[in-house]
Amino acid sequence: MTHLLSITDLGADGIDEVLRVAEAFAEVERRPVRKVPTLRGRTVATLFFEESTRTRLSFETAAKRLSADVLSFSAAASSVKKGESIRDTVETIEAMGMDALVVRHASAGVPMQVSRWVKECKVVNGGDGWHEHPTQALLDCFTVRQVRGEIDGLRVLIVGDIRHSRVARSQVLAYSALGASVTLAAPGSLLPPSIEGWPVSVVHDLDEALPDADVVSLLRLQAERGSGEFVPTLREYTADWGLTTRRAALLRPDAVLTHPGPMIRGVEIAGDVADLPQALVTRQVTNGVAVRMAVLFLLLGGAL
Amino acid sequence: MAKRERSHTRPGVFVARSRVLSGADVNRALVRMAHEVAERNGGLTDVVLIGLQTGGVPLARRMAAVLAGAEGTEVPVGTLDVAFYRDDIGLRPVLPEAATEVPCDLSGKVVVIVDDVLFTGRTVRAALNALGDFGRARAVQLAVMVDRGHRELPIRPDYVGKNLPTRRDEMVDVSDQGVAIGTIE
Amino acid sequence: MSAIVIRGGEVVDRGGRRRADVAVDDGIVKAVGPDLAAPGGAQVLDGAGCVVAPGLVDLHAHLRQPGKEEAETIETGSRAAALGGYSAVVAMPNTDPPIDSAGAAREVLALGRDALVEVAVAGAITVGRRGERLAPMAELAALGVRLFTDDGTGVQDGALMRRALDYARGLGVVLAQHCEDEDLARGGAMHEGAWSSRLGIPGVTSVAEEAMVARDIALARLTGARLHFLHLSTVGSVDLVRRAKAEGVAVTAEAAPHHLVLTDAACASYDPTFKVNPPLRTDADVAALRAGLVDGTIDAVATDHAPHAPEAKDVPFDEAPPGMLGLETALAVVLSVTDLTRALALLSWQPATIAGLAARHGGPVAEGAAANLCVIDPAVTWMVDPAGLASRSRNTPYAGWKLTGRVRHTIVRGEAVVIDGEARR
Repeated sequence: MTHLLSITDLGADGIDEVLRVAEAFAEVERRPVRKVPTLRGRTVATLFFEESTRTRLSFETAAKRLSADVLSFSAAASSVKKGESIRDTVETIEAMGMDALVVRHASAGVPMQVSRWVKECKVVNGGDGWHEHPTQALLDCFTVRQVRGEIDGLRVLIVGDIRHSRVARSQVLAYSALGASVTLAAPGSLLPPSIEGWPVSVVHDLDEALPDADVVSLLRLQAERGSGEFVPTLREYTADWGLTTRRAALLRPDAVLTHPGPMIRGVEIAGDVADLPQALVTRQVTNGVAVRMAVLFLLLGGAL
Repeated sequence: MAKRERSHTRPGVFVARSRVLSGADVNRALVRMAHEVAERNGGLTDVVLIGLQTGGVPLARRMAAVLAGAEGTEVPVGTLDVAFYRDDIGLRPVLPEAATEVPCDLSGKVVVIVDDVLFTGRTVRAALNALGDFGRARAVQLAVMVDRGHRELPIRPDYVGKNLPTRRDEMVDVSDQGVAIGTIE
Repeated sequence: MSAIVIRGGEVVDRGGRRRADVAVDDGIVKAVGPDLAAPGGAQVLDGAGCVVAPGLVDLHAHLRQPGKEEAETIETGSRAAALGGYSAVVAMPNTDPPIDSAGAAREVLALGRDALVEVAVAGAITVGRRGERLAPMAELAALGVRLFTDDGTGVQDGALMRRALDYARGLGVVLAQHCEDEDLARGGAMHEGAWSSRLGIPGVTSVAEEAMVARDIALARLTGARLHFLHLSTVGSVDLVRRAKAEGVAVTAEAAPHHLVLTDAACASYDPTFKVNPPLRTDADVAALRAGLVDGTIDAVATDHAPHAPEAKDVPFDEAPPGMLGLETALAVVLSVTDLTRALALLSWQPATIAGLAARHGGPVAEGAAANLCVIDPAVTWMVDPAGLASRSRNTPYAGWKLTGRVRHTIVRGEAVVIDGEARR
């Protein structure tokens, strides 16, 4: 594989390989020296045309723990502001000798376009529009597997703003490739216009779906992308679709909760529910580094 | 002749051409090496055995068992995968094969690296780098069942089961059944 | 201008097919018949194996001049048209400034005077295409403008559209609507459906088009004015127009070539070349449009030739301007979905009538007719190379496609402007 643009680039075997290699990096993170010389002399650039603190930090930490050099490009402080095209920006940055580009953009498909513009660089999708966020789904699978042992056979419930969520699209592909059954729970206006061909079922009542779920993936209401207009009020959204304390009691004792962050406590998740031991949010963040180390290692080591 | 899958260095199946040590020979060599470790270090205090993934791991465990039987001391045994420390990343696919588990902080310890075959020395070089991240050992020693020559780095074993002259393109396989020379097909 | 004799071809026009040579002089067809003699100094064009037909007429070309000369000019666009077999094109008014006044129309008509093909202009329905008040349609009609459209957008305000239809009826001109309800379409960059949902690209529902088609049919019925629908793209639109025609409402409709052969699946590459408005839709929509060609619901295939400079398309899909090239590929694309005679009806005489150009274009190839002709080799297979196109832009969706059928010669106003597939100037 030349690039990681979508979960479909990996397939079930590829996902498995990433998760297996990520185990090895998770061990590295437990060492006294959390750094290996694997990618010494390589350079990884993060090109974030859309701001994101946690994803950028996670990728940059991953690259540094692999001893790669890291170049951090932020559109806000760059020539893009002066009118330079993404294509020229990418070509300029690659000419500085990059080995991998992690690309995030508010528009779907930009990482794929970038992959057509580069000559040698590997391109990793760090999140594009509503399309995909493959490393987030991989770290979700990794974290759930760590706790539940296997993904195969699990019942995954994805709740919230699925329409505008790149995480949801990657999760549907990753979880179903690994043998989980996936259910979407959202108000009609926050479902994608069509789920034709998606290996999912849809429920319109969260209370009904929660007792059956092994994994509950909560998504943030993407207010900055106008999602607020898709529901009448936040209060109504929380009442029907938020994981309130009352609803959390419906969960199976061994069910786990994931959230890609940042969490908005009191909207999609009640504050005390976010702090339950089943909520894997912090562990997801820790694992994010190991999973992204695995992705960079496999891409630059030529094994993917 | 025996065929055995070798997953990591090269794809293909190992086909043995000649058997140079029997299973009993390997066992005898292992017992001798275990005694040499105890003798050279004036006992087993602070000794830690680290088996390199994958071929060195069973040998390290067996060596520890020998030492437990003979000296009555439980020597800590760890495992190390050196994939992340290799110097040939990008030249060919390198995948971590198995777990790294270092049982304790290595500072002040005498670490004995155990591997099945010593060849170019690059794996041991990677292992030395890796071990440095687990603490500053007092000494690091190297035990190998077979030294087949063709070193590319200034590395020399402290304990050797058998010196075995080979051709560069041959493969050496160490297993319960003994040591065989063959090719990958 | 020297006389021309086209030898060895088969004449195809609305009257049928027959083997005949065609002699042209002084901008007029002088003779049609077997084994015509070439007068001294006459240019003899090889028509062996070819069809000699009336020149094609494009109801819908964006020539970009004035305002976006880096994408296309009247010169380059008309060269592309000539190579595609067209003898006339209707230039869309969404230029900068837009063609919403006599002055702007005169400028484009003047630029078109020296072009390889006849350049007719469409006028805007509203001032600045802003959908607020009527453009001076009578002034424009006096210059010969026959088609009015705010193409690029539809007239959103139903009352204003009704007023425009009432006004147009009195002038005897045709309003051409780009049907798109802006509220329903807002933010969309491709067809809304399974693909847009999967790709995470904001979609435009078919209803955005159909809602306006339905409204405008009702307004056409109400006003009795002539209304033309630009680039229909959905099952529902075809169905609405079919029923309106059966009822006797005075509407005509066109489809664009790309909507006959491409679907929204092409957007999976996120290549903005495949971004167009109306968007590429589904297999079912393609099938409905093709059926509409056959049963007469669709009167014309019009290119919606929309050049964009490469840098304009080298941007994220949802930020890219919509539009694709069409003039040089339309004939072959239409031939891939229907037979030759129907293709010519859809590309030549039917659009010529809608555009009010039938006096000079699309008529039977007969003695005394205006010499606007194209000579088509229907069997030759060629590969579309974006770099080899005459358009100033490269945004063809057919790069690398093998197409069958190509124009060999084009004769406009009695001049051979394309000979053996090469533009003469």
